[in-house]
Amino acid sequence: MSDTATKGPVLAADGTPLKRSLGRALRVQKLRALALIAPLLAFVMISFIVPIGDMLFRSVENQIVEHTLPYTVEELSDWDATGDALPGEPVFRAMYYDLFLAAEMKRHTRLGSRLNYESAGMSSLFRQAGRALDDPGKDAQKALEAVDERWGEREVYFEIFNAPEGTEVDTDLLALQKKRVRWLADEKPVGEMLFAPSLAASELLPTAARAYAAFAVITGMVDNKVVAKTKPVETIYLGMIDDITGPGFQDRLAAYDGPQKEALAALASAGLTAPDYRAIFEDTDKEWVDIETWRVIETHSDAYTAGYFLNAVDMQKTPQGAEIQPENKRVLVQLFIRTLIMSLTIMGACILLGYPVAWLLANLPTRQANVLLILVLLPFWTSLLVRTSAWKVLLQQQGVINDVLVWIGFVADDSRLVLINNQFGTITAMTHILLPFMILPMYSVMQTINPSYLRAAKSLGATNWTAFWRVYFPQSIPGIGAGSILVFILSIGYYITPEIVGGTKGIFISNRIAYHISYSLNWGLAAALGTILLIVVLALYWCYDKIVGIDNVKLG
Amino acid sequence: MSLPVYTTFGQRVWHYGFRVICGLVFFFLIAPILVIIPLSFNAQDFFTFTPEMLSFDPAGYSLKHYEDFFTNNEWQRSFKNSLIIAPIATIISVTLGTLAAIGLSQSHVPFRRAIMAILISPMIVPLIISATGMFFFYSKIGNFMENSMGLDRDLVGYFKVVLAHAVLGIPFVIITVTATLVGFDRSLTRAAANMGANPVTTFFRVQMPLILPGVISGGLFAFITSFDEVVVVLFVGSASQKTLPWQMFIGLREQVSPTILAVATILVGVSILLLTTVELLRRRSERLRGLSPG
Repeated sequence: MSDTATKGPVLAADGTPLKRSLGRALRVQKLRALALIAPLLAFVMISFIVPIGDMLFRSVENQIVEHTLPYTVEELSDWDATGDALPGEPVFRAMYYDLFLAAEMKRHTRLGSRLNYESAGMSSLFRQAGRALDDPGKDAQKALEAVDERWGEREVYFEIFNAPEGTEVDTDLLALQKKRVRWLADEKPVGEMLFAPSLAASELLPTAARAYAAFAVITGMVDNKVVAKTKPVETIYLGMIDDITGPGFQDRLAAYDGPQKEALAALASAGLTAPDYRAIFEDTDKEWVDIETWRVIETHSDAYTAGYFLNAVDMQKTPQGAEIQPENKRVLVQLFIRTLIMSLTIMGACILLGYPVAWLLANLPTRQANVLLILVLLPFWTSLLVRTSAWKVLLQQQGVINDVLVWIGFVADDSRLVLINNQFGTITAMTHILLPFMILPMYSVMQTINPSYLRAAKSLGATNWTAFWRVYFPQSIPGIGAGSILVFILSIGYYITPEIVGGTKGIFISNRIAYHISYSLNWGLAAALGTILLIVVLALYWCYDKIVGIDNVKLG
Repeated sequence: MSLPVYTTFGQRVWHYGFRVICGLVFFFLIAPILVIIPLSFNAQDFFTFTPEMLSFDPAGYSLKHYEDFFTNNEWQRSFKNSLIIAPIATIISVTLGTLAAIGLSQSHVPFRRAIMAILISPMIVPLIISATGMFFFYSKIGNFMENSMGLDRDLVGYFKVVLAHAVLGIPFVIITVTATLVGFDRSLTRAAANMGANPVTTFFRVQMPLILPGVISGGLFAFITSFDEVVVVLFVGSASQKTLPWQMFIGLREQVSPTILAVATILVGVSILLLTTVELLRRRSERLRGLSPG
């Protein structure tokens, strides 16, 4: 050994040091192994892990308010939601233009249903407002035309707001409106627009220019029509009046030297009345001047919210912070508790029924045990729906079990037992479905217990019970633990069986998730409930891994 | 387990009592599955035994529910859908799963535990959560494929369901194939390489025949997972991808028709077939690996 140390490093056949040569070989081996795994890993990532991540993201995501009402949210940030004062005119004004555009894109109802999860009545409030917002604009158009006929011509507006080549373009405004429409339309606007907002017009008529730019993006890029030849939306007329009657218009007009300067000057001196946005909203519904409505909007205007998680544990987000829901809306915590209790009951029933069977299987001669094992494996392999339908058939009031009970005279024909559509139905059917998952791990652990320990205990004077309880049982605990966690994990996420035999009392949290996905469409709440369930399952799975080990999962 | 002559009366009672208890549990396990078989031959549209059936009157029995299954369009379409979706999903999960299992069983794999956890996760995460996540994400993929790639709506629907089912089947393939590879004698591949076989030949001529039982039983697990799956397909698929379990689920929830019992009986037959195959494969694999004398 001391010789090699003095002769320098050991060399491989090709003359490189052995250490480096081995290192290279190891690296090649690692890379080859990873190359074999990579396709599947990528596949699972894309088709499974990313969707789960998407669900986690959805449980906190709340961009819809900000995207639908960008200017309102901005104005509302100055308003104190805990105070007693309604928001000021700028908020109503921003709301008018935001909501009008959303209604134009038929997106106001989507926001309405979002806010309806937080406060009932918001959905109809938004739907009504969407219908009513056209009228003030039409009145504004008439007022403009009364001053000068030319305000009825669409080309005039295009002339004012469009920047011909060589003049300055308001690129910020255009980018903002494109982004806004993109969110509303759910797709990237791609069409040709043939319009560029003029910077001069935006400085003179900021409100109208903004409305016109948004209108132009929708017309040109989403609807693929020619902007110059399309009738402008009503907000532009109201925006014109708003800008002209607003403070500082005369100064801005003096600095302006774009098209239609004289006509605009004539409008300014025509004595138009400034729009009263609060009155517009008050006319559509009194709820709009109720401070609660605005509190709901303000509270839920953040792009990311803990609101869904609070809802998932029967709380709600208010301007004052998290609060417990009113009593009549508290259902979910109770459902979580019921899910836990029922899963524990099912687990307990599986232990009680599974332990003797596993013991018998482990102590019978192999040939007999294999025959009996088929009785355990056949249900394991039978379709879940087959087993569920079997229980539906058996447990019905006119079903086989009740028939047998009536036949042996245990119950009277007119007082048949209610076995289905309640907790009993769910627990019975699920115990049957999950029992093999308890028996198989118990059986494999009990097989390894040496029977001579039991004999030794007895020969030392232990009674049958002491020998079992002090010697055999402690050795079988790993099997019970593995089976219990497995059954518990499987049962708290069950959906199909409770849905069919559980009625309203015997359902689990997963049925609530499915309800929110397919019926109430409150996807954020569904995602939050799913996230909570996922965390519970992963924690339990971590325990399972500690007790049994991930590699020891066996099938069949 | 026969009783010695010196047992006391109490021990005897306990011995037989214990067997009765076990018998009752076995009865609980198997009876619900067996009871639907005679019920599926009911001549009436009832879910219980009619007096004619109990007196073994031939008039009480009929094949009309089976006839309904084989002639009813809805049932046939859903059956066909299941037969399209399950095999394709199985092929995907078996191909990718086997390759990855071979990779995972090499001696030096970095992040082995983390990779294993990710690959097994579709089995651990409750189906309702997988379904929720896939519902959100796959609709985005679907919209993209329909709008930007201009693919047919039905085709995209099948693609989404197959993708979802393939991923759900993967853990089963990974687990069974890695279990088979545990006993695999690595010197066999080295011997093949030594005799001049390239890695591809070694894989197909030496390794594959030896791990085939594990691959097939993993494939059967993947197949039954897809064939039996209803939660994810309910969320991800649309009406034209309605599978057999979906149709059964609708039947059970809305209008319970006795045809379900006929379908259930057929499926019990299928599961007996699958169980037998997997059992035989497991024994063969153990014999090949020299783990058991039988």
